[in-house]
Amino acid sequence: MDNRQLSIKELEAKAKETRRLIIEMLAKAGSGHPGGSLSATDLVVALYFNILRFNPKDPQWPDRDRFHMSKGHCCPLWYAVLAQTGYFPKEELMTLRQLGSKLQGHPARSTPGVESASGSLGQGLSVGLGMALAAKMDKKDYRVYVLMGDGETQEGNIWEAAMACSHFSCDNLCAILDFNGCQIDGRCEDIMGLEPLAAKWQAFGWHVIEIDGHDMRQILSAYEQAKTVKSKPTIIIGRTVKGKGVSFMEGVIGFHGKAPTKEEAEKALKELA
Amino acid sequence: MAEQLYQRDVYGQTLVKLGELDKDIVVLDADLSSSTRTNLFAKQFPERFFNFGVAEQNMMAAAAGLASCGKKVFLSTFAVFAAGRAWDQIRVSIGYNNFNVKIVATHAGITVGPDGASHQALEDIALMRVLANMNIIVPCDGPQTADAVIAAAETPGPFYIRLGRSKVPTIENKDGFKLGKAQVISEGNDVTIIACGIMVFEALLAVKNLAQKGIKARLVNVHTIWPLDKEAILKAAKETKFLVVCEEHNVIGGLASSVGEVVAGNCPKKVIHLGVRNRFGQSGEPQDLLKEYNLTSLDIEKAVLSNIS
Repeated sequence: MDNRQLSIKELEAKAKETRRLIIEMLAKAGSGHPGGSLSATDLVVALYFNILRFNPKDPQWPDRDRFHMSKGHCCPLWYAVLAQTGYFPKEELMTLRQLGSKLQGHPARSTPGVESASGSLGQGLSVGLGMALAAKMDKKDYRVYVLMGDGETQEGNIWEAAMACSHFSCDNLCAILDFNGCQIDGRCEDIMGLEPLAAKWQAFGWHVIEIDGHDMRQILSAYEQAKTVKSKPTIIIGRTVKGKGVSFMEGVIGFHGKAPTKEEAEKALKELA
Repeated sequence: MAEQLYQRDVYGQTLVKLGELDKDIVVLDADLSSSTRTNLFAKQFPERFFNFGVAEQNMMAAAAGLASCGKKVFLSTFAVFAAGRAWDQIRVSIGYNNFNVKIVATHAGITVGPDGASHQALEDIALMRVLANMNIIVPCDGPQTADAVIAAAETPGPFYIRLGRSKVPTIENKDGFKLGKAQVISEGNDVTIIACGIMVFEALLAVKNLAQKGIKARLVNVHTIWPLDKEAILKAAKETKFLVVCEEHNVIGGLASSVGEVVAGNCPKKVIHLGVRNRFGQSGEPQDLLKEYNLTSLDIEKAVLSNIS
């Protein structure tokens, strides 16, 4: 990957392109999860294009930074970014969820650039912890990034991992929380309240950065700040809007796990033009 | 009397030996390191040992992360917590990824004793056997525990190794250990007794008693539940009149089921299951529990005598 940093404008354009790909993939597949893919887009685009150290020609390069998507259902976003950064041709995106495709309905190691499977929520932060411990043992300076959903933090495994990342002083680990406030059955606060979320992570010994998860400037500065934190892990809580970028999906619970129809996709792509 | 060893002592000692040779070996435990004996490794290689506290799910998924970075991870806790508590983490983060994680679960089976049902894993083989990619070994004694641990270290991919809590007598004069290759401990063509784990010793006692009654029993130690030695099982089914399968486990889903599946599809013969049937365990001394749950050499002998024509 070239090391050129993209400008805010360029990153915003990449994010828009990524959202278009997500809509196209999901419409083609006929099923999948647009809401959380669109809400986390800016957080993941900024990470891959300006922060993460990797080489798509050598996906197993030992010194690469690690990214793991714990909220596996948002893999259309991951796949769109992996294709744009050169892990595989963009055309392959249209095979999402088809029999024999490298791009499974939830992340699997068949996809170049995917480190570990996910899909059963709550395990990814632990997987990231293992990667962070390996880096420390091997005295390597790669960093580990784990994207989680907000509903996902209702899983007990997340808090086991939260406790351990802090216990083992994993300052090489940065969690990213896509706080769009929605889950399948409704608003998180109605289903199983998460607040005060920042205070919970602070109490578990984390450095917490709260940002607008759609503001590229804030996102980049949060990632840079996280790199400077010593002896404790960092979590970036990005306040986001589920379905961001497509007016009729924004904040609509129904689009958590429902792909756009052909007509909806056309309408969405016009908005994202 | 044969030498008696704790399988978990042998496990801990073997880990230390492997750790000296292979710097990629990392060991994890969940607050039971003095019982599982991973504390031996922890003492020798503190920089490669991590105690996860009472959080098995986190330990299991973190093992996956370590393995993804090239580490050879051994991790231990009691069998109920390894196979039961953290099953989904094993399934998605270890099994599906086909990562190099070796789960060495101790305190399996009814012979856990006084701790009672909550701590007596009678389902763990079944839970592991249904997972694709998972290799499963149930060593019969101390020396075979070392063989199993070494085989797991040498073979890429996930493993589940099942160990007991109590001391077990060493079975003398076995063939060399080979992953996936059953061991014929005694030859005979009247009946085949198939066993794993501590039941191999009980079966051996039964074989000796049966010999005095003129019955020649073949004893097969199926230490590797997966990959299963179908050849040895079918050979026994063809050459002997019926099979008795003994395991310190529920009769559903474990060794008996494995044998039954192979025999039913290929060479139908009667297969008698000696294991725990639709019951949880309970507190008691190991020897009393084996009697209560019909898992002694006498029970095996009875099963043979009442079915032989």
